[in-house]
Amino acid sequence: MLPDNLRENAVALAVESFDGDAITGGKYDRGELMLEIAPAKIVSVCGFLKYDQNFVRLSTVTSVDRYPAEPRFEVIYELHSVERKERVRLKCRLSGVDPAIESVTSVWRGANWYEREVFDLFGIRFLNHPDLRRIMLPEDWEGHPLRKDYPVTGTRV
Amino acid sequence: MSETGVPGAVITPLEDQQSETGKRSMVLNMGPQHPSTHGVLRLLMELDGETIVKCRPDIGYLHTGIEKEFEQKNYQQDVTLTDRVDYLAPLSNNLGWALAVEKLLGLEIPPQAQWMRVMLTELTRLNSHLVWLGTHAIDIGAMSVFLYCFREREEILRIFEMFSGQRMMTSYFRIGGLALEPPRGWHQRVRKFIDVFPSRVDEYEELLTNNPIWIGRTRGVGAIPLEDMLDWGVTGPMLRAAGLKIDARKDEPYSSYDLFDFEVPTRTENDVYARYQVRVEEMRQSARIVRQAADGMPSGPWKADAPHVVLPDREKMKTQMEALIYHFKIVTEGFRVPEGEVYQVIESPRGELGYYVVSDGTAIPYRVHMRTPSFGNLQATPRMVEGTLIADVIAGIGSMDFVLGDTDR
Repeated sequence: MLPDNLRENAVALAVESFDGDAITGGKYDRGELMLEIAPAKIVSVCGFLKYDQNFVRLSTVTSVDRYPAEPRFEVIYELHSVERKERVRLKCRLSGVDPAIESVTSVWRGANWYEREVFDLFGIRFLNHPDLRRIMLPEDWEGHPLRKDYPVTGTRV
Repeated sequence: MSETGVPGAVITPLEDQQSETGKRSMVLNMGPQHPSTHGVLRLLMELDGETIVKCRPDIGYLHTGIEKEFEQKNYQQDVTLTDRVDYLAPLSNNLGWALAVEKLLGLEIPPQAQWMRVMLTELTRLNSHLVWLGTHAIDIGAMSVFLYCFREREEILRIFEMFSGQRMMTSYFRIGGLALEPPRGWHQRVRKFIDVFPSRVDEYEELLTNNPIWIGRTRGVGAIPLEDMLDWGVTGPMLRAAGLKIDARKDEPYSSYDLFDFEVPTRTENDVYARYQVRVEEMRQSARIVRQAADGMPSGPWKADAPHVVLPDREKMKTQMEALIYHFKIVTEGFRVPEGEVYQVIESPRGELGYYVVSDGTAIPYRVHMRTPSFGNLQATPRMVEGTLIADVIAGIGSMDFVLGDTDR
């Protein structure tokens, strides 16, 4: 359901008329639009925003770990429309147990490395990703450093 | 563990040595210690004769976990980390970070600080483009340009030193304004530099623009269709060399860039030569901005009127009780930033630099993500070099102007 304060926003309304079940929340804060999307719908919403709403660029994909809260992970997508000079942020919440979400590489090929980075540093799997390997850390690294329960210092025993 | 069985070996083997057509192909490893990758980029290229069939970039050799480090320090301390991300454009990174946090805080920055930021960021752009031009030319074989470029870069670094006491890791932009009062005599120094700089750009152009070897090595090389670049996340001068007029300074103005008069140069040829032309023209435009900023510099305060964020003047601290308390609190525990999340984009010399900052209301950021231009640009390398000749790889990746610290973070 679209929150009432976003009823004026063209992008939010367009996404709602495209798929009413996709939006689970949203916010317009400090001049930035954020829409919470149901994880199962992320690829179709991204495709709609790219091909129908002209958000041709995927600026970045990243994640936030809300440990120990549940759902633990937020996957963030920053979209940019060059033509409209607008940005929109999509957010999907994932559970902390075996977090996985559909990859958006079928919409933007450039999502490839960004999703690999999130996989590497947060341990979130992207389904149907063409090349899901670690990107920053060595292949045999254990753990995912940007998780909040990963220590900053200490010796591995 | 990788398929090769060697711990830490990153790449799974490329295709069999025998290609489908029965021809033999070989895999060439370039880097991570290769002079023309300007850092520690590793490229694995499968060759058929001199043609590249497949290319796989391998990054991460300079990964320092800097995003994790951000979560350990308070907001003001994190400024020093931003310098070290893109070490050729430290002030651009300072600016991105300061703007993001100021957006969270809702701080109003006084005009002098804003203009000073614009001026120094544009000098940083000159600095970065000069390093790029010098090293790119040396890669292609024009030795002398490097010496000319570093002559001017030296003067820019001296100006930075005059302002901040540091040549490279300046940390001069702080949350709420500048770190120090602008030094006495800065105007003459900047003016003197900017008066001669355009003629110096003419010198570089004399060496390169009509040079037949330079043209032969760069024209028609390294093209990627514009749609593909947008799809792969390429930003900055590469897009402008393909005819797309995109520049965050114009599209989403920050730090009063909308008050300055400058052009966004574009070309349509979309090759290494066009990227060279775009960057050279950008240097001229940056010089214009620096001149406007230096001449029209507003007077007044150089840090925001926000005692809970900005350190008080030394004089006040010694005479006023309140200032002393604020000083103590800011130094010992930092300042609290309201809950929320922002994504602040600026135009770094390399392209779109975005800071995604999440605050949970404490004095330490909850999560910081840097959308760095080099990372997105580098991703398009296979698209650019596959199907072209091995000899053009150096020119091609040189024209991307990546910094590995910026890529790996």
